[in-house]
Amino acid sequence: MDHFPTNWGRPRNDAFDAYGTYPIAQRPYNGPTTDAFSEGIQHTQQPIVTGTSVLAIKYKDGIMMSADNLASYGSLARFKDIQRLHPVGTNTVIGAGGDMSDFQYIQGLLDELMVEEFTQQDGHSLGPSEIHEYLSHVMYSRRSKMNPLWNSLIVGGFKDGKRFLSYVDLLGTTYSASTLATGYGSYIAQPLLRKAVEGNEDVITEDEAVRILEQSMKVLFYRDARSLNKYQIAKITADGVSVSESRSADTHWSFAEGIRGYGAQTQ
Amino acid sequence: MTSIGTGYDLSASTYSPDGRIFQVEYANKAVENSGTAIGLRVKDGIVLAVEKLVHSKLLIPDANRRIQTLDRHLGLATAGLLADGRQLANRARDESANFRDSFRSPAPVKYIADRLGSYVQVYTLYSSVRPFGISTIIGGVDQDGPSLFVIEPSGVFFGYHGAAVGKGRQLAKTELEKLKLSELTMRQAVLEAARIIYLVHDDSKEKTFELEMSWIGDETNGLHVPVPKDLLAEAEQKAKAALEDFE
Repeated sequence: MDHFPTNWGRPRNDAFDAYGTYPIAQRPYNGPTTDAFSEGIQHTQQPIVTGTSVLAIKYKDGIMMSADNLASYGSLARFKDIQRLHPVGTNTVIGAGGDMSDFQYIQGLLDELMVEEFTQQDGHSLGPSEIHEYLSHVMYSRRSKMNPLWNSLIVGGFKDGKRFLSYVDLLGTTYSASTLATGYGSYIAQPLLRKAVEGNEDVITEDEAVRILEQSMKVLFYRDARSLNKYQIAKITADGVSVSESRSADTHWSFAEGIRGYGAQTQ
Repeated sequence: MTSIGTGYDLSASTYSPDGRIFQVEYANKAVENSGTAIGLRVKDGIVLAVEKLVHSKLLIPDANRRIQTLDRHLGLATAGLLADGRQLANRARDESANFRDSFRSPAPVKYIADRLGSYVQVYTLYSSVRPFGISTIIGGVDQDGPSLFVIEPSGVFFGYHGAAVGKGRQLAKTELEKLKLSELTMRQAVLEAARIIYLVHDDSKEKTFELEMSWIGDETNGLHVPVPKDLLAEAEQKAKAALEDFE
């Protein structure tokens, strides 16, 4: 029961206001001070600026990963100089597809984490498996808050003589394999990668690995409308991490002359 | 001491009639009882060195470090109460992380020194707390190159080319003044720092000590890391040789 007569509202009889309470501008208010639902909370419901596929394979000396330099705004090729392969520490690279602002946020999280570990000066450092585990917890906790980080991430690394290659996405789903691909690449490139790599992980040389990825990136550029013929290749081996300069594949479009049914042809 | 029994030294929030705060001066006494710590700001980086007195043979070597890492590019050496040094370093890490979070870039050394100075000063204001019993040397390399600061228990901080705090600071300062700090390289500075720590160590009074050294600069890609074992060994060996020549 609210014991403040001023909160009782309009008197029953307009002619007789027994408590002299109406109208009073300022009344003691006993309810919740803010309405939790009045503003609402906005959660991410769709990605905005997006990156497309990331490809990664195991090979003889470690892990190789590639991603193009495009960040699309819907179907618009908005930013053509974005690096989607991000080194973390000295043994790990993460590659990201999906929302690029969420990816930048993740880079911030990882930087904070790595500094925290560095300041301990205890002789330990986070390797690829720890970073992947951390990311999987971050991604799953955010999806459980109905506010996911809209990415699919590939974590690749080489530490203590072991290769590491794993995937985590906006749902917190994880898996590992000797070839991984995100986005459109998981449909188009993954079968090509599997055919080339599976069973040959310990045989494929660096040059062959580069060729396999180049081939798949080229196919993706032909078939994926959100891709760009400008991409980077990251290599993680016992010697550490290196991310290449941007490069492009040779493509031939003469066949397009014969395509009918799209665009401005008259016949 | 004239302050004792007057009642003006019971709280950090009380002045004496001649305008002194005795609790802060006592804090400085705590620093003077501690092993020496020095910092050198040279051409291409910073070198920190500490004379860590080992009070028991049962202690594990390298335990109770007095040089701590605050961020990739920041290091801190303390003289005084060990636990106070830990507390201040934790605060410094928070400050540095907050700066990174706000500005997406590593914090300038001066900013951290400023924030820590203010933090230390707050502990001279209230009767419910005691001042920090440490003098702190903060070194780091930022956009403007290497810089070195000392924070005292009162909260004041100054920038230095060469800094010394703790028991042997007087002798260490005279030795530092003889060096041309702005012309030395980090490697030379490591040797000099080791020599000075060995020189100021008084082995008639103190038993054993460990030399603890770290550096930040071009040699380390701007990271604050311990001086590598082989270089440390070389520096110690040369320091001992120099000490024998000295005597």
